[in-house]
Amino acid sequence: MTSLKQADLAAAIADTHTREFLVFSLGSEEYAIDILKAQEIRSYENVTRIANTPDFIKGVTNLRGVIVPIVDLRIKFHLERIEYGGQTVVIVVNVEGRIVGVVVDGVSDVISLSPDQIKPAPEFSLSLSSDYLCGLASIGERMLVLVDIDKLLTSEEMALVEKTVA
Amino acid sequence: MDITDFYDTFFEEAAELLEDMERHLLELDIESPDPEQLNAIFRAAHSIKGGAGTFGFDVLQRTTHIFENILDHLRRGELKLRRDIVDTFLETKDMLQDQLAAYRNGSEPDPEAFARICQTLQQMALEELGKQGPEVAGHAPAPVPAPSPVAEPAPSPEPEAAEAPVGEEGTERLRVVLLGVAEKDRELLIEELKHFGSILGQSGDVQRYEVELATGESADDIEAVLCFVVEPEQLEIQALAAPAAPSKAAGAAAQAEAPPHEPMPTVLPAEERKTVPAVVAAPPAPVAAPAPAAASSPPVASGKAPANNNNNGESTSLRVPVAKVDQIINLVGELVITQSMLDQMLGRLDGAMHSELVNGIALLQRNARDLQEAVMSIRMVPMDFVFSRFPRQVHDLAAKLGKEVELVTVGKSTELDKSLVERIVDPLNHLVRNSLDHGIESPEVREAAGKPRTGRLTLSAQHQGGNILIDVIDDGAGLNRDKLLAKARSNGLAVSDSMSDDEVWQLIFAPGFSTAEVVSDVSGRGVGMDVVKRNIQSLGGHVQILSRQGQGTTTRIVLPLTLAILDGMSIRAGEEIFILPLNAVIESLQPRSEDIYAMAGTDQLLKVRDEYLPLLPLHQVFGIPGARTRPSECIVVIVQGEGTRCALLVDELVGQQQVVVKNLETNYRKVPGVSAATILGDGSVSLILDIADLQRLNRRQSAARQERAAATEQELMLS
Repeated sequence: MTSLKQADLAAAIADTHTREFLVFSLGSEEYAIDILKAQEIRSYENVTRIANTPDFIKGVTNLRGVIVPIVDLRIKFHLERIEYGGQTVVIVVNVEGRIVGVVVDGVSDVISLSPDQIKPAPEFSLSLSSDYLCGLASIGERMLVLVDIDKLLTSEEMALVEKTVA
Repeated sequence: MDITDFYDTFFEEAAELLEDMERHLLELDIESPDPEQLNAIFRAAHSIKGGAGTFGFDVLQRTTHIFENILDHLRRGELKLRRDIVDTFLETKDMLQDQLAAYRNGSEPDPEAFARICQTLQQMALEELGKQGPEVAGHAPAPVPAPSPVAEPAPSPEPEAAEAPVGEEGTERLRVVLLGVAEKDRELLIEELKHFGSILGQSGDVQRYEVELATGESADDIEAVLCFVVEPEQLEIQALAAPAAPSKAAGAAAQAEAPPHEPMPTVLPAEERKTVPAVVAAPPAPVAAPAPAAASSPPVASGKAPANNNNNGESTSLRVPVAKVDQIINLVGELVITQSMLDQMLGRLDGAMHSELVNGIALLQRNARDLQEAVMSIRMVPMDFVFSRFPRQVHDLAAKLGKEVELVTVGKSTELDKSLVERIVDPLNHLVRNSLDHGIESPEVREAAGKPRTGRLTLSAQHQGGNILIDVIDDGAGLNRDKLLAKARSNGLAVSDSMSDDEVWQLIFAPGFSTAEVVSDVSGRGVGMDVVKRNIQSLGGHVQILSRQGQGTTTRIVLPLTLAILDGMSIRAGEEIFILPLNAVIESLQPRSEDIYAMAGTDQLLKVRDEYLPLLPLHQVFGIPGARTRPSECIVVIVQGEGTRCALLVDELVGQQQVVVKNLETNYRKVPGVSAATILGDGSVSLILDIADLQRLNRRQSAARQERAAATEQELMLS
């Protein structure tokens, strides 16, 4: 009994260091964000286009009376564009008090990662600066790109937030 | 839980108490102060002191303590109210506000200011004591000049010292019985009782605790103070045998006699009058308003009401963060949309077969609408929130300008959206300052013109249709037509003598326009009316001026009731629906191709009744796919933004509707040409156009196009 309890305790201690991530796919690539940032997942529906904005900003939509901008990471990451279908979902994230919808191809699962499973990300991509990456994680055959959604969405190039003094 | 969690509550409450205090101070009748108001001022100071003590705001506690002592003398009639005393109190109140602000910012209050105000207050207590001493002792009404405050040699006594002699005058034995008071509170109460006199004995338990007290205070006063801590039911005060002289009666008599003895060397009253222009600020308000009007319009607050109102207000109102209210408004908006969606679906069903459902939906519709109305009304606050700041300002300003001004407020209970209230304050400030500085003449000039010395400034608010009208009315000199015209000419504005009065008055809204001959530190720097006009316009309102020379000026602000709802015209371009604010729309028409003129290559003008308006093709500015591009196939909406008109080219007018305004910047950023967004009946989002910004956007784009054209031309030339 006691040994079992100790094992539980050890697991619990280890748990405090693991973080849970929400895994989503863009094409054949898999990305993950801190699950605590995700507020809800909904299907993609009518978006009102906003003129004179970068093309990865799809527009704004009505989320229970709140006007929420919708961004398409696929376009932002320069991936091949696809038609939105029934599988297309929007992850609604809460970033520094702002609510933003992120269009992704699909949400696959939620996984826990301990710090030793996360490898630092190499400087490798032009469209996704390593500033917005928490690292890479490999689960068996899969490689997950861990995205720092806070930094990404508040970054200047996302044009979601007014530059400091406009 | 951390005690700092309660700081904010204390700060807000204290700020409110200070506001109350100021209002009461300004309303005080110097000749015969209303004891209720004196008590209210005392209670405010006392409550702040209590809170400051609890949270360890030492300086604040000490200041309020001294203040409270003096107020106590005042409300017991031992100190005769004078104009300069009220002014000192107002200063003290400002000082308390500064201290609060300092604590709020996590810093210590300015010790110098603290020392200064304490000195002043103690001096006042001392002075009062100097006079009080002989009188209480029953001396003859000393005709000798009372010791001047400055000459008083005392080594700045402790406030407690000032209090002591008063406490010992005349004694009476009271038994104070505390019923069911917890031990902690009991200690506090006994501490409090010690201020009133000396405690002769105490005994009892939690259920019933008796304190025997020798005091010169009346049982009522003691009860009033103790009731800060306990409920009236928990308190019983009985008079024991009164062995001492009929002190209370004597004391009262002495007090009653006090005023006649009061006169200081005759120089003083005169001096008082000189240093403090007898400004009558805020008499019990609308009593001065014409009686019939007061009788016919219910929103006029009665003069005596405020004090009582406020006491009730404390227990019947709830402080809620704005965000929570906004959330409720959003949710109810969603509910209404869902309801209308159901309603549409119902239309496709056979009414006869689903009559119960039809009835149910109808009921839901009514409930949803009532709910929406009720929720929207949460945001509404009475105009009193705005008006209440003016008595002080008028009081101070009039004193500074050497004018006598009486402030009258009408329609304090008229309700207005909270967000509007906050943004109306500055423009109103400007107008009040203008009226005081330029409008109302100095007493001498007024007398010479056969008017009463005291000018009257009226602030009034009333509803009219979906609008609220806020008037700033003065009975001053009025605008001078000739001077305005001359000034306009020297400013290079196109004016003519045949202009109507209204047009002339509108001149003062021109930027940099000031008719003041001297630039004072109150106003007259020419930043003013144009800013006022712009601010009001940004709220979707407008300003009107009525003026008659020699009789006064009325400036009227017309505002929508709320910023949250807007009368809009929905228009379509391509597949996209936009909302135009209705007050920007002048007319719409179908242009004929012969009325369209090209200008500077890419730009086009539309001729409407001998007027050429720039054409603003919405599809081009916003890059809307699938929109009609030939003007003759489109509809033109003539719109006005910040004074400039243009012809907006759209595909179709969809209809007119009220929309709930939603901020885009909450989760996104400012979008050029768009002021906000709204949610349509089908749940989709529609953008609300900002005409002035749209015009700017169009100009920028057209400049860019021309630059590009020039660049390609140059390239062609080179190749």
